Amino acid sequence: MAEQEAPAGGSDESAPASLAVILLVSVLVVATCGLVYELLAGTLASYLLGDSVTQFSTVIGTYLFAMGVGSYLSRHVRSNEIGVFVRVEILIAALGGWSAAGLFLLFPVVEDFRVALYGLVVAIGVLVGLEIPLLIRILRYRFAFRDLVSNVLTYDYIGALIASLLFPLVLVPRLGMIRTGLVFGLANVAVAIALLVALRGRQKLTGDLIAALAVLLSLLAGLAGADRIQRWSEVAFYGEPVIYARSTPYQRIVFTRRGEDLRLYLNGNLQFSTRDEYRYHEALVWPVLGRVANPREVLILGGGDGLAAREVLKDPRVAHVTLVDLDPEMTHLFRDEPSLAKLNGGSLGSPRMHVINGDAFRWVRQARGRYDAILIDFPDPTEFSLGKLYTESFYREVARLLDPAGVLTVQSTSPLVAPRSYWTVASTLEAAGLSARGYHAYVPSFGEWGFTMAAHQPPGDAVRLPSGLRFLTQASERAMFDFPPDMARRPTPVNRLDNQALVRSFAEEWGHYDG
Amino acid sequence: MAEPTRREVLKGAAAGAGALALPGCAAQSFPGSLGGADWQRGHRVRDGGFPAAQGKAEEAAIVIAGGGAAGLAAAWRLKEAGFADFVLLELEDTVGGNARSGRNAVSAYPLGAHYLPVPNREARALRHMLQGFDMIVGEEQGAPVYDPYQLCADLEERLLWRGSWQEGLYPASGLTADDAAQRDRFFREMAEFRQAVGADGKPAFAIPRAGSSSDPRFMALDELTFARWLEGRGFTSPVLRAYLRYCCRDDYGTEPERISAWAGVHYFAGRRGWAAGGDGDRELTWPEGNGRLVTLMGKAVAPHVRSGHSVFSVVREGDAGARVAAFDHAAGISRQWRARTVIMAMPHFVAARVAPAETIKGALRYAPWVVANVTVSRPPRGRGSALAWDNVSTGSESLGYVIATHQSGSAGEGPTVLTWYMALSREEPAAARKLLATRSLAEWQQIVADDLLAMNPDLGGAIERIDVWRWGHAMVSPAPGFLGDPARLAAIAAKPPVLFAHSDLSGLSLFEEAHYRGVVAAEAALAHLGHRFESLA
Repeated sequence: MAEQEAPAGGSDESAPASLAVILLVSVLVVATCGLVYELLAGTLASYLLGDSVTQFSTVIGTYLFAMGVGSYLSRHVRSNEIGVFVRVEILIAALGGWSAAGLFLLFPVVEDFRVALYGLVVAIGVLVGLEIPLLIRILRYRFAFRDLVSNVLTYDYIGALIASLLFPLVLVPRLGMIRTGLVFGLANVAVAIALLVALRGRQKLTGDLIAALAVLLSLLAGLAGADRIQRWSEVAFYGEPVIYARSTPYQRIVFTRRGEDLRLYLNGNLQFSTRDEYRYHEALVWPVLGRVANPREVLILGGGDGLAAREVLKDPRVAHVTLVDLDPEMTHLFRDEPSLAKLNGGSLGSPRMHVINGDAFRWVRQARGRYDAILIDFPDPTEFSLGKLYTESFYREVARLLDPAGVLTVQSTSPLVAPRSYWTVASTLEAAGLSARGYHAYVPSFGEWGFTMAAHQPPGDAVRLPSGLRFLTQASERAMFDFPPDMARRPTPVNRLDNQALVRSFAEEWGHYDG
Repeated sequence: MAEPTRREVLKGAAAGAGALALPGCAAQSFPGSLGGADWQRGHRVRDGGFPAAQGKAEEAAIVIAGGGAAGLAAAWRLKEAGFADFVLLELEDTVGGNARSGRNAVSAYPLGAHYLPVPNREARALRHMLQGFDMIVGEEQGAPVYDPYQLCADLEERLLWRGSWQEGLYPASGLTADDAAQRDRFFREMAEFRQAVGADGKPAFAIPRAGSSSDPRFMALDELTFARWLEGRGFTSPVLRAYLRYCCRDDYGTEPERISAWAGVHYFAGRRGWAAGGDGDRELTWPEGNGRLVTLMGKAVAPHVRSGHSVFSVVREGDAGARVAAFDHAAGISRQWRARTVIMAMPHFVAARVAPAETIKGALRYAPWVVANVTVSRPPRGRGSALAWDNVSTGSESLGYVIATHQSGSAGEGPTVLTWYMALSREEPAAARKLLATRSLAEWQQIVADDLLAMNPDLGGAIERIDVWRWGHAMVSPAPGFLGDPARLAAIAAKPPVLFAHSDLSGLSLFEEAHYRGVVAAEAALAHLGHRFESLA
């Protein structure tokens, strides 16, 4: 029997009474922490890899099995159980505490994420599996065996209940996954430090104490910088796995993919989803081209992804397309990266295409020439700098470039979420001397989305659409011009350089929507 | 776009992590240059020792000595009147005075003055010039329409207050009831002053200053300092006083304890900008600041300009004219002109050296400034309000920074130039000028970088170069009694053949004042010479 094996290096026969209390409390703590790490790994795996049933089952199964391995291995601990327990706690604190942050950071950079994920799950599981057998052995002289098993398992299951309730209700919504991991790492290392303090003078523990303090500091530093970690990891920010990210001097370009759905984000704002971008781009392009008798010269402002250009180039009447986009990295990426060029049908490499990398705000002021159709596809006016591209001054320059019989359109945010902002675009185009008409389309990844058409003469209803479009038909095109009362036109100010009315109303209306 | 490109993320993230891990690192040096008004040339005028003029004197009906805003305005006015027999001599290699500008690969930027408020109705000559420069582009119900591209775009100002940026320059939060009451009372009193009219029927405070009433009711304000006046009126709120201190330093380069209360009130009560569409309270600004104005003026009169010429002597020859001697720095010789009229378009302290017989001693003092142009790889951000044109911190001794590219583009990201301003108003001007002359480029750069990073820690690692420009005598300080200053009054009263044109004559270093003084002197010269013109002044 174990009782006969007098442990060398001191077990707890002579331990102070406080030690027993610390140890029982630590059962509760380690049980809670153990389950939190398990839930974290499962949640993270389903978040990053999708298919939550599979991810949760395999993660939990692997974890429980690893705990069994840990329990089995506990037999090889022949002496100094409490010292080993302290070290196990320090290791769990480090591995478990950093598990969520580490997996987020590793996800985009490791070749096979599953190896990292299951490796970590196994490592934490084995360590957690060691905890309870070691604790039972440490406490064996304190309690009758009957009470010991009862006490330990009771605290173990209470810890499990606490973890399973806290995790979905408090931890993930309030702290987020990265902070949750770090906080529970702190709990583990607190147990280790409490034991080290209680054991003071009885063992030589300086090395352990230094290790425990180092882990404590790293976890605290992690907590202080959790937001920064979140930004670096990026995948923690986006809803889908990030497959490409790059910072240019002008913006942060991020692609995510889940299954067939490829998405482009610029500075964190969704630009398109391959599931439904055809709806957006058909609505942007064809109501305009279908109203111009002979669209030979087409100008696209923004639209560096080449998707609007893809639609334009389907029209054999179009002789030249000029595209002005600020960021050369965007247009190069969508021209040279085969998987992206496939999305836009190679539009940016077309011989009919002329790409200009420059600031459209400056370009329109010095541009000469006449365009039969102008498609304005800028990011939403989230900043004062972008707001300049929606001003009366800007539209006056655009109007100068528009042929007397030409038609233009402006992507103009959601008329449902931000009706005042949406109609500000029409008011501003009118202030610049054009006739404006709003229309809208449903794009699932964006919601109800608005465009504003404008021309020197009021744009009519007659439109000629090519065959083979996926979204627009004569009937659905006509329906886009109908606004139900919740999106109906309302009086708005004119957006000028010196009032930036649009940026202000946009922030207000979308702020209400988000919050 | 599958596995291989994930490597890109590693590179990006690792680079990002590295950059972010380093903020607050030890003192670093930046590329840059140390420039300033050429005080070697300036001091040589003070110390003398120029060779005697060689050769026959050139004849010119009018010589304008000095090519700052006032001298250029005089030249512009002569040209506008169809008068061509004049020459403008400038000590520096480029004209423009304290409105000069610089340029690098990222943007043009100001070295000094950087905006012009929409002028008052009474600034006729200035408005006429702005029309010629396509800054006024039309008329609406009789009022001038300003080019929207040249009016300062929204967002104009933000203030770092209690750890967060807010719109506007007056703190909007954390005010006590008394703070708020004093603020409201102050602005109410200023609004009353703005509308006030003296017994002589003139506005109490006008720009140009010369249009102001001489009603003793208002002139009495010139007898005490602004700080004393504020105390007497019970304006003691620390928030209000800090704001007013900022205003005094920003416009006059000195402290409320050193300026005349008349000038302090004028700052708030003198502007009644006249423009269509409610644009009267806006400013005109350009990437290069007022460099745009002086460059256009300089171009208009280019054939008449001789830069690199230090005028070191102007001597009256009876009533018939004056003899002007100038040292040509390029040729290394002195030249002379015989002029029927000379316009002394230079600050009073220089004019007193060049033409001692024409000036009398006064008490004008000048504020020293430092201006730094900081090229950054990404624009500043910060908690709260978005980046504005003018960005000021309540926690800084500097006057904040303006964004050179604010007007020019729509790119929210990418490199830009910040123009950082500091009036050395704590020290006595002479002590401050010593600092200007002795501090090294690296020391200034450290001061500028520390100040900027305190305002915008997000600029860590983004500063690419810091070019420092020193102004020993940036602007005249309107001290109490300046309205009665004998030197100022004598210069205003001067008659041909020696006239004066400088904002010193107004005692307020504003572009509008310099322009007005230039125009008035040019018209007096034209009248003296019998050239017919229709007055714009």
